[in-house]
Amino acid sequence: METEKGKIMVHRIEVGFREGVRDAIGEKTRDRIADNLGIPVVSVRTAEVYTVEGDLSPADLDAAARGPLSDPIIQEFSFDRPLSSDCDWIIEVGFRPGVTDNVGRTAGEALALLYGTPRRKDLRVYTSRKYMLGGSLTRSDAEKIASGILANDLIQRYEIREGRSRDPREGESPYVPKVHIQDDPSVEVIDLDVSDEVLQNISATRVLALTVEEMRGIRGYLKDPAVREERRKAGLGPGITDVELECLAQTWSEHCKHKIFNSLITYEDEKGNREVIDSLFKTCIKGATREIREAMGEKDWCLSVFVDNAGVIRFNDRFNLVFKVETHNSPSALDPYGGALTGIVGVNRDPFGTGKGAKLIFNTDVFCFASPYYDRPLPPRILHPRRIYEGVREGVEHGGNKSGIPTVNGSIVFDDRFLGKPLVYCGTGGIMPARILGEPSHFKEIRPGDLVVMTGGRIGKDGIHGATFSSEELHEDSPVTAVQIGDPITQKKMTDFLLLARDRGLYRAITDNGAGGLSSSVGEMATLSGGCEMDLKKAPLKYPGLKPWEILISEAQERMSLAVPPERIDAFLELAREMDVEATVLGRFTASGKFHVLYGEKTVACIDMEFLHGGVPQMRLEAKWIPPSLEEGEFPEPEDLGAALKTILARLNVCSKESVVRQYDHEVQGGSVLKPLVGARNDGPGDAAVIRPLLDSMEGVVVAHGICPRYGDIDTYHMAAAAIDEAVRNAVSVGGSLDHLAGLDNFCWCDPVESEKTPDGRYKLAQLVRANRALYDYTRILGVPCISGKDSMKNDYIIGDTKISIPPTLLFSVIGRIADVRTAVTMDAKKDGDLVYAVGITKPELGGSEWYACHGIVGKSVPVVDGPRAKALYDALSGAIRAGCVASCHDCSDGGLAVALAETAFAGDLGVEVDLARVPAEGIDREDFLLFSESQSRFVVTVSPARREDFEKAMKGHVFASIGVVTADRKFRVRGVGGKMRIEEGIDDLRKAWQEPLAF
Amino acid sequence: MGKKVKAIVLTGNGVNCEMEMAHACRLAGADTVDIVYTGELLAGGKKLDDYHFLNLPGGFLDGDDLGSAKAGANRFLHGRVREKEERLFDQLLRFIGEGKLVLGVCNGCQLMVKLGLLPAFDGNYGRQEATLTVNDSGRFEDRWVYLRVNPRSPCVFTRGVDRLYLPVRHGEGKFVPMDEAVLDRLEKNGHIVVQYSDRNCREAVMDYPANPNGAIRAIAGICDETGRLFGLMPHPEAFLHYTNHPRWTREALPEEGMGLALFRNAVEFIRGKNG
Repeated sequence: METEKGKIMVHRIEVGFREGVRDAIGEKTRDRIADNLGIPVVSVRTAEVYTVEGDLSPADLDAAARGPLSDPIIQEFSFDRPLSSDCDWIIEVGFRPGVTDNVGRTAGEALALLYGTPRRKDLRVYTSRKYMLGGSLTRSDAEKIASGILANDLIQRYEIREGRSRDPREGESPYVPKVHIQDDPSVEVIDLDVSDEVLQNISATRVLALTVEEMRGIRGYLKDPAVREERRKAGLGPGITDVELECLAQTWSEHCKHKIFNSLITYEDEKGNREVIDSLFKTCIKGATREIREAMGEKDWCLSVFVDNAGVIRFNDRFNLVFKVETHNSPSALDPYGGALTGIVGVNRDPFGTGKGAKLIFNTDVFCFASPYYDRPLPPRILHPRRIYEGVREGVEHGGNKSGIPTVNGSIVFDDRFLGKPLVYCGTGGIMPARILGEPSHFKEIRPGDLVVMTGGRIGKDGIHGATFSSEELHEDSPVTAVQIGDPITQKKMTDFLLLARDRGLYRAITDNGAGGLSSSVGEMATLSGGCEMDLKKAPLKYPGLKPWEILISEAQERMSLAVPPERIDAFLELAREMDVEATVLGRFTASGKFHVLYGEKTVACIDMEFLHGGVPQMRLEAKWIPPSLEEGEFPEPEDLGAALKTILARLNVCSKESVVRQYDHEVQGGSVLKPLVGARNDGPGDAAVIRPLLDSMEGVVVAHGICPRYGDIDTYHMAAAAIDEAVRNAVSVGGSLDHLAGLDNFCWCDPVESEKTPDGRYKLAQLVRANRALYDYTRILGVPCISGKDSMKNDYIIGDTKISIPPTLLFSVIGRIADVRTAVTMDAKKDGDLVYAVGITKPELGGSEWYACHGIVGKSVPVVDGPRAKALYDALSGAIRAGCVASCHDCSDGGLAVALAETAFAGDLGVEVDLARVPAEGIDREDFLLFSESQSRFVVTVSPARREDFEKAMKGHVFASIGVVTADRKFRVRGVGGKMRIEEGIDDLRKAWQEPLAF
Repeated sequence: MGKKVKAIVLTGNGVNCEMEMAHACRLAGADTVDIVYTGELLAGGKKLDDYHFLNLPGGFLDGDDLGSAKAGANRFLHGRVREKEERLFDQLLRFIGEGKLVLGVCNGCQLMVKLGLLPAFDGNYGRQEATLTVNDSGRFEDRWVYLRVNPRSPCVFTRGVDRLYLPVRHGEGKFVPMDEAVLDRLEKNGHIVVQYSDRNCREAVMDYPANPNGAIRAIAGICDETGRLFGLMPHPEAFLHYTNHPRWTREALPEEGMGLALFRNAVEFIRGKNG
């Protein structure tokens, strides 16, 4: 069967498993259908379908199917007819036109190689997957399975066919998801000399996310006679082109310009005191870092902060460390897999595009979801949290694992307010030589005359308006083009190539193409030379039909922009060819002061650099802090504290995340020292990661984080303080120290700008102010400078009458240096007879705790961090760990002391017996509060009796007490304040309670 | 003193364990260790002929998009040096014919098996007799496994090694032979080098997670008849130092990681043979 479609022949090759061969993907799919939808499918078999466009003979098709497309040991194939299948329903899922099809691209390359160079042209391969379902299902069941599990309607299309009673040819005529757009390089001129209402309309319909004030600012700029004259010379009229307007919208987006963090805020506190803050970013974040660096003086190990794609600190005399954390929330809400995958490969390009470029050495991931067991009706356009969980997990798995970067640290936070938008934080660290060919690696320089070069993937309509889209809430018309699917292998090939080019000195500067595409990357680089001139017609496209503005702002993935000196361009392009990476010269950097864009001969944009980057008017916002009126919880202390402990261990925020962690490669690159899972059975929850990035050295990098959105319900000041404290104490737990620890702040907020949609904007902005104040206060006290960060300010969902806003959330990540990794410790109890210590003081601080949450209470006694005391304690404990006095150390966080003790015991596969009367505490009169209070800056430490004196000496002057002993009998025993045994549980039972909830 | 040992670690197109693999070769005493991109071999700037020990590291060749290492195998079979001269595979066959060593780990092992370099009965390199497919769990997993080492195997790399503890990090590691006859022959002739086992590294096990992927007869790695070609799914280059061990903070361990022995054996074999 050959189908004629235009002039190009289309063929289908199907590859399925032979009879009797196990189909593990099919089985997993069957289980998910049963598990998530409750539809009892008896069997699922899968087959891969390759739709091939090209003039191919049966012999060609046979060679392709027999060769790269199937495995002769376990698979069978057919071409131009379906594989026979004995099933009740067939669901075939393929991509919509224009959606990245990585497998299709690889298949196309493989076939081109198989057939030889002359026939490469016009060969296209598109993939889809057939699911063959067995069981007595109705068509409506099949429909539910297709839309609920197998396909995401936004990026995929599916066909449902009956398995048995059909004509074998029916429905098999090949569908080709080809993008058909007429080539139309037209440029539209937009009249901004209109009413505010029309301006608003222009912004909304074009997804510009510009305010009326900003639109007026642009109109004012265009009226300047000098500007008009310059434009006339460049061949432009007084009206703005769509290319210019889109470019300004990207550059001025909340996502790129952080307008809220840079706004002028009038803040009023609970007593009515008013004060004006000129940019939270400048005063609280950069301000704190500046003061910390000044205090460090000559010892300052910060190298590049807040100016580049990622922060840079010194590692040792020969190497620098680079770290950046990003979020990819909005895309992950629409397409969890593609959104998260793009999130991780996207943040990879930040350290990679910092200074002269860093080799990537670790990833981190922190997710915030609604409960996967959510059982109420879902609002429109929202995917079930379980589906988001699985999709995001898989996206980060593919993005990280296939890039060969270990995912070393992360966590998952659950709160049903993340139903509207999940938070997907992805971080990447890198390392680079301190000097490359004699020049410092952390600076960027570009000279006029250097060439503008783009490398990596091609440009398509994917990812248009990502930056502006994420600067809005998720609404009915959120554009589907904003969703992209990353391609880790294309990116890996590009980074392999660029690291070689870097070391050979073939380029001068590098940056990534992320939000805003070329308009942002080249626009920002051009500030270093003072202008640029580039021709969009030269840009390689995935398919014809893109308008100039689309080419300029497309966020199609896997691209870097570079400044290449003209005398190096031949060598650069030659190496690119050898490494099979596309590289294209688009123009040159200038000192003209203009961001000048052409399409062929014609100028399509010419904006003053100064206006592009400095023209956005500062927002003026109001914030008013009224402390929420909350009540402390009232409920009786339970008799059975063992049962209470098991309940807390099984809370989603506390329980084991092993099933997710295992699916991430956490030790590729060979430098793994402390893995995310530790202890006697390799299943205990490690506090932080330690890696050795240089395999011939014992110097290590420690990576940790803190996040605790629940405390923000009481006061975001203390939430932020606790997040910073948690990150630091996690790092200290494994042997890190405050001497060499840097932070990254990632704020995810709900819209804090008062408007009709957000009547409580002033309160939300006050929450933001307070969190920033805490950041300023505590990073200075602890001496942990922020080196980079990011904010995502519109994490709301508004459709119809439903509005869901996330709880304000700060992720604080830290990166530090450990002089000798052999001094690192893990959290598992090591040996019976070791002494158990509680370090730090426990207070009645249960506000926002897991224990209160078990009773449906928020409370008001939020944990308060005593900064100076914590700093002194951390210094002492770091010293004790470095000196080898500590057998295990575990931080107390969600679930308090009881959870930390239980985890210490079962991770060590040992028992623990402690006495609550000996726990250092203040103002607590209930044993459940003593066990579950979430006071900050506390640890559970075990010490060998032989090191007891050394340890106690090292900790002298700080709050700590020996509270019990590690036992061999594998029982967890807690004696109450009155001397009565209050908990006695087998550690296997505790472990089981902790492991079960998310073991899917 | 033997001849200089030259090792090549092949990378590019999605390979990602080249750094630690090269480090292992250096620690094992190889005199020259070059990390070389497949693109450099195809461009003709580098040749396999200049080396004694070929390392095919783990990773995701072409994303494993067509099944693990499938597109990678296709590149070997159809990619031509300088686009016209010999196939890369011809260079590889010559390398093998000269009695040199090849070690494939994880994706490298998948590549060797799918290229038909393993087990290559009767020296028939290029005929696929087995495969590695999706784990029974249907998922990628990173976990450490105990391995029983077959003392009867001719494998050069495992001489004197009787037990291993290494991580697996794969989604497609389930070893499946073409048929019973292949399996019997693998067994009879000592092709089975390592098997997933109990904690004592004595008994092969079929139970998850000790056998992490459901591999038939718990096979984790096989060699050819000469013992000079060896592919295994677990990662020896991931355990070169005791701090790589997941329980190093609680167990007394020697400085050197267990994986290094395989590379030492390779280097010693080459030195001895060429000395």
